[in-house]
Amino acid sequence: MVHLYKNNGYNIVIDANSGCVHSVDDVAYDMIGLFETLDKQTLIDTVLKKYADNPAVDEKELEEIYADIIALKESKQLFSEDEFAEFQWDFKKRNSVLKAICLHVAHDCNLACKYCFAGKGEYNGEKALMSYETGKQALDFLVANSGTRHNLEVDFFGGEPLMNFEVVKQLTAYGRSLEKKHNKNFRFTLTTNGILVDDEVIDFCNREMSNVVLSIDGRKCVNDRMRVSRNGLGSYDIILPKFQDFIAKRGQRDYYLRGTYTGFNKDFAADILHLADLGFRELSMEPVVCDPKEEYALHEEDVPALCEQYQILADEMLRRKREKNGFTFYHYMIDLMGGPCIAKRISGCGVGVEYMAVTPAGELYPCHQFVSEERFLLGNVWDGVLHPEVLNEFKLCNVYAHEECKDCFALLYCSGGCAANAYHSTGDITGVYKLGCELHKKRIECAIMLKVAEQTEGLEE
Amino acid sequence: MAHINTINTRNLHESAVNGGCGECQTSCQSASKTSCSVANQKCEQCKKNND
Repeated sequence: MVHLYKNNGYNIVIDANSGCVHSVDDVAYDMIGLFETLDKQTLIDTVLKKYADNPAVDEKELEEIYADIIALKESKQLFSEDEFAEFQWDFKKRNSVLKAICLHVAHDCNLACKYCFAGKGEYNGEKALMSYETGKQALDFLVANSGTRHNLEVDFFGGEPLMNFEVVKQLTAYGRSLEKKHNKNFRFTLTTNGILVDDEVIDFCNREMSNVVLSIDGRKCVNDRMRVSRNGLGSYDIILPKFQDFIAKRGQRDYYLRGTYTGFNKDFAADILHLADLGFRELSMEPVVCDPKEEYALHEEDVPALCEQYQILADEMLRRKREKNGFTFYHYMIDLMGGPCIAKRISGCGVGVEYMAVTPAGELYPCHQFVSEERFLLGNVWDGVLHPEVLNEFKLCNVYAHEECKDCFALLYCSGGCAANAYHSTGDITGVYKLGCELHKKRIECAIMLKVAEQTEGLEE
Repeated sequence: MAHINTINTRNLHESAVNGGCGECQTSCQSASKTSCSVANQKCEQCKKNND
């Protein structure tokens, strides 16, 4: 399918099945829009009539554009068929190769963020810290089930992982000791709320972590409304100087400042720009995922206003890029030339198959968002997968499993969306979380506009 | 000026032949955690070829 849209002065055409993107003028935009519904002469007559006041648009020119469209169609760059759905991607029979784990080293937290999907760090269970022995077994389990994959990923997550920092250090050292013997490369990452960040943490992370995710929501008033201590005090003044120090020592690379926006800050572009104005360059901001009954929840009727914020952000990012003062927003980081292959786009995020979450007790879940949902318990790090039926369910949860996604231009950008969000909003991992879906489509449009602008205006780095 | 300017993109058909090595980053390992951001990941093969 072909998706046409206008954004920030650009007319953009996405050929969804091939992944091709075209930047076109107004006349070509109109002709491509009508191409599949009108025969050649009617199409040319219709467009000529529309541009009757423009002497530069004549029949000869429209004939040429029509020929260009046909040429692009023949080279499968426009109006291309979905050839991938017919491929024999036998997902159920594919080998399960695990390559990433989310290691919940602490089901406890020193903040009590009001929107936390982890139930203030405890995942609706009891407070717990992962022991070194359990973590070690998790790394052994990952190596044993990773087949020939060379790059293995381990995210130290929580709760707040720095509440179990000694174990994080020990496990990192253990992981390194396995690399040579098994021909593996561990990529460790750590997600933290910043409260316990100090010089030792910074030095350790800058040496060992291939990426760090630092949580902050933007403006002080916004952050301190949701990211609070157990006694209700805001965290902004504690974490901001620590994050500034962290990034100054790390150098502007391999990190994200990551926030969550809610119904309380629907003007969230201001929060992202606030962080950019503070000198941070790698930014991420996610819409809150929560029970729609919560007062800070986002609702489908908020979509137009939220999309406007994504547009404000994209326009401002382009303006700053032109002034050589750009920054990165995670959801706009689409690499058109070096992005994922079709196999990755079809198979999705790998939840429950390539990616699993490990609880402090060593239980395996399909991902961090399914932890404590007993129906999705896969097994544990000692005995492996004990419920293959759950694994099989996720093996089949690929892009074509989402009935509602079949005619969507964004199909090969979001791979059908997040299974956990789908489950929590529809009761089915192959469902569609409509709010998230609409926002994702807008983000993809903005991301591609930025890439078109970069290529067209020579702004690429 | 050309009426249609085709932006440089990866050929997905070709990637069907050469892709699928699985060495790329898992999207929730970066900054997602609550959405699926497969398209935001980089291909390890492309990265290697550019190095």
